[in-house]
Amino acid sequence: MPAAISSRPAVHQDQFAPTLAKQTEPDAVIAYLIRRLLLFIPMAVGMVVVTFGLLLIIPGDPASVLLGQEASPEAIERLRDTLGLNDPWYVRLWDYFANLLSGDFGTSIFQNQPVTTIILGRLGATIELAVAALVIATVLGLAMGVISAMRQGSIIDTITMVFAQLGVSMPVYWLSLLLMLAFAVQLGWLPAIGRGTPLPQAFCAALSGRPQVLMDSLSHLLLPALALSATPAAIISRLTRTSMLEMLREDFVRTAYAKGLRRPRVIIRHVLRNALLPVLSVIGLRFGMLLGGAVLTESIFAWPGLGQLTITAISQRDLPLIQGIVLTFALIFALVNLLVDLLYAAVDPRVRLG
Amino acid sequence: MRLPKLLRNPSFVIGAAITLFIVGCAVLAPYVSTHGVEQMDMRNRFAGPSLAHWLGTDNFGRDLWSRMVFGARISLMIALVSVGGAAFIGTVVGLVSGYFGGWVDLVLGRITDIFLGFPAIILALAIVAVLGPGIVNVSLALIVVFWTEYARVVRGAALVLREQNYVQAARALGASPLRIIFREILPNALGPIIVLSSLGLGTAIIAESALSFLGFGLPPPAPTWGWTLSYGTRFMRDEPWLAIVAGAAIMITVLGFNLLGDGLRDLLDPRQLSRGGGERRSD
Repeated sequence: MPAAISSRPAVHQDQFAPTLAKQTEPDAVIAYLIRRLLLFIPMAVGMVVVTFGLLLIIPGDPASVLLGQEASPEAIERLRDTLGLNDPWYVRLWDYFANLLSGDFGTSIFQNQPVTTIILGRLGATIELAVAALVIATVLGLAMGVISAMRQGSIIDTITMVFAQLGVSMPVYWLSLLLMLAFAVQLGWLPAIGRGTPLPQAFCAALSGRPQVLMDSLSHLLLPALALSATPAAIISRLTRTSMLEMLREDFVRTAYAKGLRRPRVIIRHVLRNALLPVLSVIGLRFGMLLGGAVLTESIFAWPGLGQLTITAISQRDLPLIQGIVLTFALIFALVNLLVDLLYAAVDPRVRLG
Repeated sequence: MRLPKLLRNPSFVIGAAITLFIVGCAVLAPYVSTHGVEQMDMRNRFAGPSLAHWLGTDNFGRDLWSRMVFGARISLMIALVSVGGAAFIGTVVGLVSGYFGGWVDLVLGRITDIFLGFPAIILALAIVAVLGPGIVNVSLALIVVFWTEYARVVRGAALVLREQNYVQAARALGASPLRIIFREILPNALGPIIVLSSLGLGTAIIAESALSFLGFGLPPPAPTWGWTLSYGTRFMRDEPWLAIVAGAAIMITVLGFNLLGDGLRDLLDPRQLSRGGGERRSD
């Protein structure tokens, strides 16, 4: 939600009263928090409407389309009833909202289970994969970007930026296959598909003296996470580099040098700290891309998460499940952005004070 | 003196060369292909590259070079249609939003935000799942997913441009909003739109291939890159070549558009109006 960043109303602060600003800071933070949370509500409502709209754009009668040609008229009528197709759309939209608010995402047509149950059973695996990929992407991207900017124009800079360009252009499913081919099929170092014990449990097992469980989990996680991290890492590295180069030209950097600070201190305290701010917001924005990429990565590595579920749901045209998944992804994405914005405000006082 | 500067930009030159090559292959597909797309040769399956089969053959002994070249047609066509559609809708929304401001901007801005809030490939998948596969539906899904990028960037540009003196002058002379938007603002916002479109073509190709890869694009036997890659994976343990070639075709094409876009950005958009937008990826 980048517009949320730009549409922050400016809070006018009396610049001649710095002590006052200090005192009211917690208030400003809370006000900002409330403002940001309030913006989240219309956003979520809009997302629900779009998700609901998926049912409306089905060509023909959704019930017969969803069940296929062999379905009996009774089955179709039953599904029409379950989906509420006999009601006008605004009644259905209202019902949809009401059900969502009570945590009811509907019932899967083919799995005969509440959509919420199915999704919750898969969510952990996807979050584990996405977070692992994000961590790798951030570490790798920042390192590449900083090194590149510090050695601008050098051979290291060129190599790093060529890698970044390849990372942006590489389809995640192809990279997944290449990694699998190299490290699982040819070298046999890592398992090709599947997931080990979920990481939290694996950590507990490791603490209670069974480290091999954790190793197994991590070995399953490494390839898919690495594949998923490539594009965000490339984007983060390019942005970090640009942002660092901009900061290096700033007056306060020259001032810092002029007052006798050493280079590492200037870089870490002055340049990096400021350069990281735009990078932070981008990491949040890329999280949606990461979730999307998870669909492809999961289906290749047979990672039992939401992405794999998406493919199953779509092949079966299990509409309530598809809607539930799409909405879940959108809400996770929105929540992550909310979190990033709040984090941003916590790190950078300029944001919350206008 | 634009041309020499253009040709001194390595990103642009490499990107343009790759793009020209791919587009040339797609346009001249019937002439540059060496075999029929569906021409099978079961005694010659999974052949490596040779003089007869430049890129080798697939699991039915079909010539991969010819299939890649015809696949380029499908990918490029879907990419062009979806980027064209997305750029058109997004530009109109962005211009109206940025020029009029006020509640119009507020409403359009919220709608843009909502669509931006969905992970692109997932929304596209859901739309294709609902509408059914096929060239038109895939293009439609990609338009729905991609227009927001243009709306955001063009809105930003329009906000800056409407305060310029020549726009104020046009308004003082009594020009209608429509005339101001299309005659004064749009021509000056073209730079970022072109840059975004070049980068967007790469994104669209990745997204289209992803849909085909998952089996929701054009149904076989259409020689889409994504589907070739997808069935290539079935033989990957013993015959990885097929998957490698198909993936490389996608990557090289995307690389071409990305480099072209980066080069164009340096030249057309020095104020970087399109920054941030250009880094978007769908998968």
